[in-house]
Amino acid sequence: MKLSLGPILYYWSKQQVEDFYQQVAESPVDIVYLGETVCAKRKLIRTRDWLDIGHKLKAAGKEVVLSTLALSEAESDIKTLKRICENEDFLVEANDMGAVGLLEGKPFISGHSVNIYNHHTLALLAKLGLKRWVMPVELSESTLKDMQALKPAHIETEIFAFGRLPLAYSARCYTARAHNLQKDDCQYRCLDYPDGLLLNTQEDQKFLNFNGIQTQSAQVYNLLAELDSMKNMGIDIIRLSPQAMHMDKIINLFHQQMHNTLPLDAAMAQLEKLTPSGLCNGYWHNEAGIKSVALS
Amino acid sequence: MLIDTLIITNNETGYLIMELVCPAGNLPSLKAAVDNGANAVYIGFKDDTNARHFAGLNFDAKKIEQGIAYAHNKGAKVFLALNTYPQPDGWQRWQYAVDQAGELGIDSMIIADLGVMDYARQRWPEMNLHLSVQGSATSYEAIEFYRRQFDIKRVVLPRVLSMKQVEQVIKNTDVGIEIFGFGSLCVMVEGRCILSSYVTGDSPNTFGACSPAKSVEWIDKPDGGMDTRLGGLLIDRYNADEKAGYPTICKGRFNVSSNTYHAMEEPTSLNTLEMLPQLLAAGVDAIKIEGRQRSPAYVAEVTRVWREAIDSCQKSSDDYKTKADWMDQLDKVSEGAQTTLGAYHRPWQ
Repeated sequence: MKLSLGPILYYWSKQQVEDFYQQVAESPVDIVYLGETVCAKRKLIRTRDWLDIGHKLKAAGKEVVLSTLALSEAESDIKTLKRICENEDFLVEANDMGAVGLLEGKPFISGHSVNIYNHHTLALLAKLGLKRWVMPVELSESTLKDMQALKPAHIETEIFAFGRLPLAYSARCYTARAHNLQKDDCQYRCLDYPDGLLLNTQEDQKFLNFNGIQTQSAQVYNLLAELDSMKNMGIDIIRLSPQAMHMDKIINLFHQQMHNTLPLDAAMAQLEKLTPSGLCNGYWHNEAGIKSVALS
Repeated sequence: MLIDTLIITNNETGYLIMELVCPAGNLPSLKAAVDNGANAVYIGFKDDTNARHFAGLNFDAKKIEQGIAYAHNKGAKVFLALNTYPQPDGWQRWQYAVDQAGELGIDSMIIADLGVMDYARQRWPEMNLHLSVQGSATSYEAIEFYRRQFDIKRVVLPRVLSMKQVEQVIKNTDVGIEIFGFGSLCVMVEGRCILSSYVTGDSPNTFGACSPAKSVEWIDKPDGGMDTRLGGLLIDRYNADEKAGYPTICKGRFNVSSNTYHAMEEPTSLNTLEMLPQLLAAGVDAIKIEGRQRSPAYVAEVTRVWREAIDSCQKSSDDYKTKADWMDQLDKVSEGAQTTLGAYHRPWQ
């Protein structure tokens, strides 16, 4: 089982991004996904910069994948998408069907926002060049077992196993809205929220997390306890989704857990301290995603 | 009898004729839509194969047969929504639904899942296939992908594009474009919103319903106010003088940075009546009315107003004006009694 690092979902400064990937180059992750997948207005790092970062990570021995925008709307979004899909240096993770269409005929990866809910969809995309799929985050362990049994043999399965869950994409930017700004005049407020902007219920229960046009869970999805079970199912890759702080420690915890060098309860206790607002795992257990089902 | 879905041109104006596609959750609604001028009615089976999987709603095979006979007799078409995402253990239910729809003589199938679309295309090679809004195709590249793979005839666009973006899509594909004109407003990209399952375990993709009724609580408070909850989680809190709305997460009031407000969207409805000339000029093929869960009276009223408006606009686009009584009628049946142009109007975003 390999360890991957998903794309940075938030808007960080260029320096912060470069520092982050310098650290990642020395970390035990095997695969790194790069690129802006949430908002086309975020341009501190351009496609060519992502390629540069990719080459550095490749030189450090990492497999590098370029990840595409999940919600394409404007003509300029499609131009960027084409440029990424036509690159000859790295594999591409498609995050919508537009990208799938542009990648048809060559090897590609589908991200968790591409709706692959059954083996027929998986088989069809496999014929078009899909080599790896990331399971949509709302699907459960039991569906995953069925998919593993029914999928084309050469297709690799990757599971989103750590991070705030991407739950929705909108035309509207909720970070801008929280500041009474329109999306077209957002003043790049996302830069002020390196881990997103928390939303609570009127009873002060932590609930969601705004990241521009993306709405995430406030709780951090965590499948640290399921690594053995995933290994037994033949899962190929475990994905961790970056957060602004402590990512090096989190990567190490998962890496140690994968190699059974740290007891689970100790690892869980450490992880809890490193995450901003509680853990959840309901989707894995076929329950409401926000739930935290106790370890058996 | 299969009715052709070829686009017909109106000889007087040269404009394309725009189709009015109306919702029906049962046979009386279907009749109300047809009688009031719908060109097509969309329906679903009584299970989780469609995205309005609500108790007491939808059609069995016999009712579909009656519905098709009624509609075809009056020159209207019947579309069937098969627009949820089957998982391996439920696959056969969708397969059965596709075959049943084909045998019943449905005019078009509205599908979201790639696997279901592939099955429908192989089993029913002559069938008109429409890509559901739940298929989340927001760019012409995505639409063209479905056209190449499945020869789709139409796509329903998610309610996230601005008018300019809709025009851009139309310029770059030959697939017919259907857009939502009126009804409940999804502010998230349809097919890619799992807020509902985050709280209840069920989403439109997996279960065919957003905020399923079994997870909803309306709790009266001693001061005459009310709390609404979904999956136990507080979605909104109303004073005695406020009318409580259905607890859909994206329409709730929450705390962000110490402010309590509609953090995603007010409880408003989409109404694009005033944009009709633009939509017609852009080459939009069909206007979809939301609301299979609504009453036959709603369907009748909304269909009647939109029929009149589309006819008026097609007759003379330059002279078109929304009539006050159309807007009044639509406001009366709107959620939250307010309407918006939504994402089509860029500043809303």
